[in-house]
Amino acid sequence: MYDMKALYEALSVEDAIALRIEHPEAQIIAGGSDVLVQMREGRRAGKELISIYMIDALRGVSIDEAENLRIGSLTSFSHITRDPLIQRYCNVLGEAVDQVGSPQIRNVGTIGGNTCNGVTSADSASTLHAWEAIVELTGRGGVRRVPIKDFYIKAGTVDIKPDEIQTAILIPKASYENTCGHYIKYGLRNAMEIATLGCSVNVRLSADKQTIERCRIAYGVAGPVPMRCPSAEAVANGAKPTKALARDFARAVLDDINPRDSWRASKAFRQHIAVEMAKRALAESVKLAGGELA
Amino acid sequence: MNKVGRSEIRVDAFDKATGRTKYYEDRMPAGALYIRIKHAEIAHGFVRRVDTAAAVAIPGVVKVLTCFDVPEIDFPTAGHPWSMDPGHQDVADRRLLNRHVRYWGDDVAVVIAENEVAANQGVRALKVEYEELPFVIDAQKAMEPGAPQLHERFPNNILKHTDIRKGDYQAAIQEPGLICVDKWYDTPTVQHCHIENFGCYAYEENGRIVVVSSTQIPHIIRRAVGQALGRPWADIEIIKPYIGGGFGNKQDVLYEPLCAWCTTQVGGRCVRLDCAREETFVSNRVRHAIRFHIITWLRRDGTIVARKVDCFSNQGAYASHGHSIVAKAMGSFPQHYPCDNMECDAYTVYTNRPAAGAMRGYGMPQASFADESNIEDCARAIGMDSYEFRKKNVMPRGFHDAFTGNTNYYDTYRECMAKGAAYIDFERKKKEFANDTGDIRRGIGLATFWYNTAVYPISLETSSNRMLLNLDGTVTFQCGETEIGQGADTAYAQMVAEAVGLASYRDVRVKSCQDTDITPTGLGAYASRQTYVAGFSIRQTADILREKILKYANEVTRQAVGCMDIVDGNIIRKEDGIILMSLKELAMTAQYNPVHSEHITAESTYTIRNNAFSFGCTFAEVEVDIPMCKVTLKNIVNVHDCGRLINPALAAAQVHGGMSMGIGYGLSEQLIFDEKTGKPLNGNLLDYKLSTILDHPHLEAEFIENPEPTSPFGTKALGEPPVCSCAPAIRNAILNATGVAIDHNPINPHVLFAEFSKAGLIQDDWREEEK
Amino acid sequence: MSQYKLIHCTINGKEVEKMVDVRASLTDMLRDDYHLTSVKKGCEVGECGACNVLIDGEAFNSCIYLAVWAEGKHIETLEGLLSPEGELSDIQRSFVEETAIQCGFCIPGFIMTAVEILNTGKLYTDDQLRRLLSGHLCRCTGYENIFRAVKKTMYRRHGKPIDF
Repeated sequence: MYDMKALYEALSVEDAIALRIEHPEAQIIAGGSDVLVQMREGRRAGKELISIYMIDALRGVSIDEAENLRIGSLTSFSHITRDPLIQRYCNVLGEAVDQVGSPQIRNVGTIGGNTCNGVTSADSASTLHAWEAIVELTGRGGVRRVPIKDFYIKAGTVDIKPDEIQTAILIPKASYENTCGHYIKYGLRNAMEIATLGCSVNVRLSADKQTIERCRIAYGVAGPVPMRCPSAEAVANGAKPTKALARDFARAVLDDINPRDSWRASKAFRQHIAVEMAKRALAESVKLAGGELA
Repeated sequence: MNKVGRSEIRVDAFDKATGRTKYYEDRMPAGALYIRIKHAEIAHGFVRRVDTAAAVAIPGVVKVLTCFDVPEIDFPTAGHPWSMDPGHQDVADRRLLNRHVRYWGDDVAVVIAENEVAANQGVRALKVEYEELPFVIDAQKAMEPGAPQLHERFPNNILKHTDIRKGDYQAAIQEPGLICVDKWYDTPTVQHCHIENFGCYAYEENGRIVVVSSTQIPHIIRRAVGQALGRPWADIEIIKPYIGGGFGNKQDVLYEPLCAWCTTQVGGRCVRLDCAREETFVSNRVRHAIRFHIITWLRRDGTIVARKVDCFSNQGAYASHGHSIVAKAMGSFPQHYPCDNMECDAYTVYTNRPAAGAMRGYGMPQASFADESNIEDCARAIGMDSYEFRKKNVMPRGFHDAFTGNTNYYDTYRECMAKGAAYIDFERKKKEFANDTGDIRRGIGLATFWYNTAVYPISLETSSNRMLLNLDGTVTFQCGETEIGQGADTAYAQMVAEAVGLASYRDVRVKSCQDTDITPTGLGAYASRQTYVAGFSIRQTADILREKILKYANEVTRQAVGCMDIVDGNIIRKEDGIILMSLKELAMTAQYNPVHSEHITAESTYTIRNNAFSFGCTFAEVEVDIPMCKVTLKNIVNVHDCGRLINPALAAAQVHGGMSMGIGYGLSEQLIFDEKTGKPLNGNLLDYKLSTILDHPHLEAEFIENPEPTSPFGTKALGEPPVCSCAPAIRNAILNATGVAIDHNPINPHVLFAEFSKAGLIQDDWREEEK
Repeated sequence: MSQYKLIHCTINGKEVEKMVDVRASLTDMLRDDYHLTSVKKGCEVGECGACNVLIDGEAFNSCIYLAVWAEGKHIETLEGLLSPEGELSDIQRSFVEETAIQCGFCIPGFIMTAVEILNTGKLYTDDQLRRLLSGHLCRCTGYENIFRAVKKTMYRRHGKPIDF
C-alpha cells in the first residue's frame, strides 16, 4: 500500500492539463516504475499523484505529416523495440530501450517517464540526444516543441511548465534519414542494471561509404544530464572511416564529457570506458551503415 | 536400496508449481497489526532521546516502543544448539532494541499500527536524538589501540582469538633455498538474498506466545525467544511453514523475539513484522568479510614446508555466530593441503557493520578464496603447473583428523579433479589459451575446497523423528530438520520409504511444517547436515516401526517375526517371498481390532557422534575483455563427492544454486559501505549485483559417488559445498588469461580497471597528462 | 481519508469487481482482496520479479503497478493455469519434471513470464530465451533448470526434439 495522499486519474490529455492546473503540488505518474519506487522509499511519500497512465491516445509510434518519427510519450519500451517503424528508421532506439531494467520493466516503463525523470542514466536519453529528438509538450496554450538538449535543465529537472504534460517525442526526418547507429550500455551485470555509462553513436556515410558525412555521439552518465560530444563529432565529420580516426574520435570525447566520482564508479574508470565505448560504437555504426573501418 | 538413489520429483513440487504453497505471509491472520522498525541512521553512538509525540498522533498508530522500554536482558542469536556448558554458550550481546547503536541500521524503536501506511508514517515521524561516537568498519583497524569500542566486555573489539600450532614453523623456514609466497587476500561482506525476505507474526494463545516465522531453526528460535523475553522456553510455540530460502540468514534469531515481545505489549493481538528487502540486506545478517595473510614456504620440487595463516574476521556489530565461522575457515588450512609446520591465528573482531552470521559455506568460501589463490600463486612462484601442484599437495587418501574423527576414505580430491578436467577439456584449452595476446584473452582455472558435513564434535548433533503408520499403509513422517528449499522433505521421503519398506516415496507423508509443540525436537536446517543426520534417526525409528509392525503381524499371521520382512508396502514371508498381508490391511486390523487395538507409531532420538569430509572442485573458463574491464564466464563445472546421492536430480539442482552464489561471490556481489559515515550504500536488489540468468553460462554439476561409511545411507554434505570453490577458480582463470593475480573478490570491472592499470595492460595516457 | 474506486477487471478468466483503495498496488489487490497468494513480494520495487503477473498478455511486476490501472484489464496469475480438473499446464509440468523448483518463492513469477514467452509462438535461441527470462532473480537454482523447463516446453509446443 503506497503512502499517497490522493490519486487523480486523467483519461485524456485535456483531463491531465486540467488536473495539473487544479493540483499544482501533484506529481505526474506515467508507468510508475520510478515514481512509485520513490514514494515507497519515502522521498515522495504523502504526495498527490496525477496518473496519466490510462491515456491510451499517448501510445504508439507513427510517421506524422512532416515525416517526423513520432513516439507517443506513454509508449512502453517493449512496444518501441517491437515497432516496425522504429526498426526501420531508428533501430538503435529500440535496442537502447531494450536494455532498460528487465522485460517486465520494459512492459510498464514509458519513454515519456524515462525522459521526464531528468536522470542521466536513462537508457533512452543518450540515443535521443544523439538523434536530436524533439520533445512535444502539451499545455493550456497548446503544443510546445523543445529540442531534447534544452529539455534537460539539470539533474532531475526538465522543462515542463506547470500546466503541461509531455505528449510525444519526435525524431525529425533529417535526423533519421540514411542514418545508422549503435548503443552500448556499460553495466556491472547483463540485466536489471542501471547504466554505469551509456554511449550512443550514429553516422551517415557518403554513397561510396568512404566518408563519414555526419557523426553524432551522446552519453548518459558522463555528466549530470545526458550530453552530446561536439569535439568528438568535429573530428569524425567529413573524415574517412579508419581505425586511426576511431581512436582520435574516441579520445576527443574526453574534451566533452564530465563524469564524476561516485560510489558507483570512479571518474577515471568512466573516462576509460567512455573512450573504449566510443571507439566500438563508431565501428559498429559504420558497419551498420555499410562501411568498414579501414 | 532402490528408493534412494533415484531422481524422484519433489514432494512439494505440485503445490509450488501451482502457487498453493503457503509461506508465512500467506497464512497471515486478518487484522494483524503492522510492526515497523526505526533503524539507526548513525554507525555508532547512543540514543539520548526518542520523541514519539508526532508518531503517536498519527491515526492508526497503536503503540510506539523504544529502546528505553525493552527488558534489560541480553540474549544470543546464533542458531546453534544450546550448550549446558556456560563456557560454550553463544555470546549474549543483543537487546530487543538498542540504546547503544552499533551499526547503521541498528534497531532503535518500533511503531505498531493498524495498517502499513500508518506504521511507515509513524517510523518517519520519530525523532531520535543521538550522541554520536567515532566508528570503525575495518576489522584490523578495530583491533588497534584507541579504536572505537563496541562492547565493554571485549577489549580491542576482539570477540575471540584462537590458534593452531603444528610442528615448528620458525625452525622449518630456516631451511636454505625455500621460496616464500607472502600475500594478503581479502573477501567482501555479502548477503544471502533469499527471495522471500524474513518475516514473522506473533500472537498470544491461552497465555502462551505463538510465533509463525520464516526460519530454518524453529526449535532454536523457541529457546531464544524464551531467553530474550525472560519467559520459560516452553511458554513459546514456534511454527515454521514453507520458507522462501534461507541460506543461513534464517539460521539466526532475527526478529522473532521482538515480534513476540510486541504482541505482549498490545494485549496479545496478532502483530506482524515483515522485513523489507532493504532491511534484509542491512539489519538481518551478512557473510563475514575475512582477510587472510598467508605465508607459504616451498621447496622447488613443490613441497610445502611451512605455512603461516592469519585470519581477521569482520564480525560486525553483534556476535551472532561469532568466532565459529573463522574457526572453521582456519581449521581447513592444516587439512586441505596438509603440511607439517603451521602457525595459524584467527581473530573475530567487532566492527560497526551489520552483524555477520551463518551463510552457505560457513567461512569456507572465504577460506577457499584465500587458500586456493595462494596455492595458485605458489605453483606459479616455482614454475609448476598448478593442477600438478594440487595433485601433489592436496589431502591424500587415508588422512585422518583426530578432532572430528573424519577420515578421507577415498582419493576424493584427485578423482574430482580428474573428472572436472575431463569435462572442461583442461589440458587442451590451457595450451590453446596460452597463445592469446590481444585485447580479448581466454583463460582457464581450477580450485578445490575442503568441507565437512555436520557440527560434531563442536556442538551437539541430535536428530529426532516420528513415524505414524496410517490406515492406508502409508507413513506420516515428522522431524525437526527443516525443508528450506533444498529438498530435504523429498530426501526424507525416499529414505523413510527405503528404511521402512514402502512401495514408493510417495507413500511417505512428510509434514513439512514444524510446530515446536508437536514436532519432535530437532535443530533445524544448517551446516550441510540434514540428510546426513536425519539418516541416522530415520534408520533407527524405521527399525522401531518395523519391529512393531512385524510384532503385530505375528499376532495376525502366526509367522515368526524373524521370518517376515516389509517389502514394497507388504509384509512378506522371507523364505519364499509370499505376501502375507499389505501394510494397509495390517494398519486397519491393528487400529480396529476390538481385542487389541493399536495405532502403530514410532519415535526416537539419535545422538550423532560422527562427521564426514565432503570435498570437490571447480573448473572455470573465462574470456577477459581487457579494455572494457569485463570478464565473461564461458564455462564452469563443479565436481562433488558427497557420498551416495539420495536424489541425483535434486543434488544437481543444489549444486547449480551454490555455483550461482559462488559466481556472484567471485565476480559481482559486495555490500559497500560509505567510509565517511559507515552507511551501507547498496542494500537493494538493483545496486547489489546478484547474478541474473544472463550472467551465467550453463552450470555443470558432476559427482563422484564414494559411499560414506559412517552414514546409514552412504551420504554426506552437499548443501553448502557448491559455493566454496567457484570464486577462486574464476580468479585463477583470470590470472591464467591475463597474468594478473587479483587477491580480493568480487573481481568486478572496477577492480579489473585498477588491477589492469597497475599491471600496465591498460594505459590511459591522458591520466598521466592530468597528473 | 481513504479514497476508494470500483475496479472491474477479468482475473484468470473471471469478470470481477471490487472497491479498491487507490493506494493499493496490484500485488496488494490480488493478494489481499482476491487471495491470490501466488503473487509474492520479494522487493516491492520491481527488481526481483516474484510478483509478476500477466496484464493483457504481457508480464508486469504487480508491486509497482497501481491496482486502479487494472480497470478493464485481463489479469492472469499462476492460479489460473491449473485446469478445472486440477491438471497442470505444460509449463508447470516442465518446471516439476526438470527440478526447476526449490524454495519455490520465485517460481510463480517465473512461470508467468514463461507463459508470455511461450504464447508468442516463437522458437527462440538460447540467448534470446535467457534475455526474455532475465527479469527474475532466483537464489536457489542458478536458473539452470528453470531455463531447461522453459526451453523444453517451447520445443514441445513446436513439436521439435529438445537439444540442451
